[in-house]
Parts: sequence; C-alpha cells; structure tokens
Amino acid sequence: MMARAARTAILATIGTLIAAWVLFPILLISLAAFSSRAQLYSWPRAIVPTPPTLDTILFFLRAQGVWQSTLNSLIVALFTIVLAVAIGAPAGYALSRFRFPGREGFRLGILATKMFPATVLAIPLAVAYIRWGLYDNLLGVAIVHTALALPFAIVITTSVFVGVPMELEEAAMTLGCTRLQAFLRVALPIALPGLAAAAIFTFVLSWNEVFAAAILTLHNRTLPALLINAVAFAGAPLDYRFAGGFFMIVPALIIIFIIRRYLMTLWGVTIR
Amino acid sequence: MLLAPSLVFLGVFFVYPLVQAFGLSFLRPEGGLTAEHFQRMLGDTYFRGAITNSLLLTAIVVPIQVAIGLVIALLVNSRFRGHLWFLYICAIPLAISDLAAGLIWLSVFTERGYLNTLLHMVGAVREPLTYLSAEQPVWLYGAIIAAEVWRATAIVMIILLAGLQLIPRDYFETADVFGAGGWRKLWHVTLPLLRPSLQTALIIRTILAFQLFATVITLSGRQVPVLAGEAYFWYGLYRNPHVASAYAVLIMGVSVVITWVYLRVLRLREEEVAGG
Repeated sequence: MMARAARTAILATIGTLIAAWVLFPILLISLAAFSSRAQLYSWPRAIVPTPPTLDTILFFLRAQGVWQSTLNSLIVALFTIVLAVAIGAPAGYALSRFRFPGREGFRLGILATKMFPATVLAIPLAVAYIRWGLYDNLLGVAIVHTALALPFAIVITTSVFVGVPMELEEAAMTLGCTRLQAFLRVALPIALPGLAAAAIFTFVLSWNEVFAAAILTLHNRTLPALLINAVAFAGAPLDYRFAGGFFMIVPALIIIFIIRRYLMTLWGVTIR
Repeated sequence: MLLAPSLVFLGVFFVYPLVQAFGLSFLRPEGGLTAEHFQRMLGDTYFRGAITNSLLLTAIVVPIQVAIGLVIALLVNSRFRGHLWFLYICAIPLAISDLAAGLIWLSVFTERGYLNTLLHMVGAVREPLTYLSAEQPVWLYGAIIAAEVWRATAIVMIILLAGLQLIPRDYFETADVFGAGGWRKLWHVTLPLLRPSLQTALIIRTILAFQLFATVITLSGRQVPVLAGEAYFWYGLYRNPHVASAYAVLIMGVSVVITWVYLRVLRLREEEVAGG
C-alpha cells in the first residue's frame, strides 16, 4: 500500500514538473510583453512588471510594417486554407471511399512529402518565382504553405470521410440523388466540423511558417518573415522582440485550444 | 480524377523545386556542370561550424526529446485523473513556431532576462551574467537545446501516444498474470511493441532537427551557424541562390542518409513508417 502511494506521489510530481516546464515560459513571455522598455533593460529587474503596461505591445503594433505584415499573414493563411482544402479534400475523399491501383503508392508519396519541408523547397522556388512573377507575392507564399500543409490536409480529410458512413450516401443515391448531390447534401454536412479542423490546423501551420516566407518575400513580408528579418539583420530592441513573440503565440494558442480534440486525432490519437 | 489536383500541385510545387535545387547547385548560370558552388560552400568560414553544430545539436536534442516525449506519453496513457488536461498542456508547443519559441527563451537567457533576475533574487549573482555570447558556448548551446526541447518534444509525445494506444490491453493483463512489475512491463512489453512509433518519431525529429533555423537565429544570431541558417544567409544576405541551394541539397542529402541509416539499423519496413 505504502509503495503504491509513494509511486503515485512520484508520478504526480513528475507530471506537475513537466506541465510547469511547458507553461512557465509562456507566462514569462507574457510578463515581458506587459513590461515597459525601461523595466526590460533595468537592473536589478522585477519579474512581475509593476505596474503592468501596454507600452511595449503598443510600441510593437505601431512599429513600421507590423499591421501590414499581420494582414499579409492572414491573407496568406486564408489562401492556404482555400488551396489546401480544395486540393486535399478530394484526395482525402478518394482515399476513404475507393480502392484503386496505386493507392498505397499515393499514400506513401504523401508521407514522403512531409520529409522535405520548407528549407529545401523555398530557395529553388524563389528562383522559379522570379521567372514566373510570383516572387514577393502573397499567393506565392500561400502556394508553398499549401505544399507543406497538403499532406496533413489529405490525412485529416481521409480520416474525416472514413467517419462518414458510406451507407448514407448510398441511401441518398437510391432515393434519386446523383453521386455529387449525395456528397454535397449528405456527406459534406456531416464532415464539415472535421474539415473545419483541417482548415484551422492549416491556418496555424501557415501563420507560424518562417523560412519560406522569409526567403520568398522582400516587401510583402508576413509577420514571421518581418520578425526574423528584424532580429537577424535590423537588431530589433528587446521590447519589440518580446511583444512580437507574444503577438505570434496568442492567436495560435487560442486556436489550438479550440481544436484540441481534433489536434490529437490528426496524429492518430483517439481520446478516451 | 479526385487525386489529379493534388498530384499536379505536388508535381509542380514539390518535385520541380527538388529537381531545381540540384540544378541550381550543380549548374553554371550560363549552363554546364560545375562543382564551384559546392566548393564555395565548403570553403566558407561558417561551413565547418554549421555542419558541426547541426550534427551536434541533433545528436543532443533528439534523444532528450524522445526520452521526455516517452515519459509524457506513458503518463497520459496511464489515464490518471486529469490526464486529458495534462495532455492538452503538453501539446501546447505544437502551436508555437520556432521563431516564437526562440523569442520566448531569449526572454529567459538575455542579459537582463529572467534567469539572471532569478539568480539575483536568490543572491547568487550581483551583476547580470552574459549567456548568449560566443565566449560562453556551453550556455549558448544550452539555451538552444532548452528552446528546442521545450518546443518540439510535443510532436514526439503525440506520435508515441498514438503508438501506445495501438497496444492491446490484453498484453498488459497477461503480463500482470505472470507477475511482471511496472518496470519489467515497460521494458519487455511496452517498449518492444512501441518500436515502430519510436522509429517514426526518431526519423521525423531527426529530419526536422536539420531544418533548425529560427530558434538558433533568435538566440545566437550567427554565433552558432547551422545548415538551414546558412542557406537563409546566403540567399537573404549575399543574394546567392546557388550556394544557398548547395546548402539545401546538403540538408536533403543528410536527411536521406540518416533516414536510410535508421531504416537499416532498426530494420524497419516501409509499412511501419507509414503506420506511425
């Protein structure tokens, strides 16, 4: 009995430590974002800013290019969602409904694409984009993000459509619907929440992507591209950096919280 | 028919750039094969550091991530009270970019950062210490490792958790019948059955570790050069897509070789990678 209680206590301690390890840095960057520049550069420094101030966040929001690049990020994410779902969902539907020759090959190919992310694609594409007139163009960034998101979009939509019983569509077709009508009126409404989760996941991927966005843009920066450039080349002050970091994580955190259940399904974890 | 859009799209925006990467790095602008871009890459002052740091950081970070990821996955899978919240908390870093993670840890390790403040509060230092400088390579490395372990352990955890859930409960019940204790169950039942997932996690994390970029730049600038960072500098700073592509091809090559080594050493079939 004693040993069991001790074991539980040890496991609880480990669990608490890990949870604290994950949460604590997020708390710290939040505190930094609400400290004034003077507080951030003072010594000795207080951990909790007294009084908390919006100066640092406002300074960041008023800095040159921040609003524009936030808007750019949102536009790119929107394009990416539309492209990834429009291209990925049909493939996901096909994988969930039909057995066709080359099915396994296609699935393996999709997995292989996960292995060569932005770093390898971005530079050759930048050169090609200059020729195609897509360089420094938000659509060009969205296309790379789509290439990165597509494997995930296909995997998610496959699992979503597997969850929609085929019998329902067949029933609709015996009642006189065409295959397309059966899909649009029966399968699609049921699949909608899952498709929304795929869209939201795509948003987070695009919102967070740094490398390709930094390589492929010059003036039309997305938010991460603007930030990495400010950090790497322009020597941005600490308050700008911390407010920028905070500004980047808040939307992503909210979104991930909303789709937390689907997030696990994405990787094949069933929640029980 | 339904697959055509994704095949065309991936062909144009995935296969084409891969081929083009080789073209840019091996061809002269006016045509003809050349090794000149690779020679420039090899001769660059940052090259040795970049390849060493990328390999070393990968070798340190990935095992830590797999170990912690395994602990978290086992804890979640034990279904203690509140395990769902624990899972959600541990999954939070999935939503955080390498850039934001670097900035978060910068707030800890910068000269007037939280670490120095804490040390000052307990009376360990009077004046702020400098951690993120080339004179303090151990601290500089430590900061990058902390940020990477913090950010990217979640993905390992999720892959392992998915694998754990595939193990039928009966196996553990049988082990109980034979009187196996907790550790023996872990060593003789769980870990062998988890092998495919462990391999998937290892391969994915190792490949991603070679893409390591924004975390390092935010924490160290170019004091700790890494391969992906050099590709960025050669393109963004020197405007030289050829040498940048040579770095991209090198990253690709290292990733392929390492995957191949994992597959050979761990004797894994393709289906098992796909299954994870």
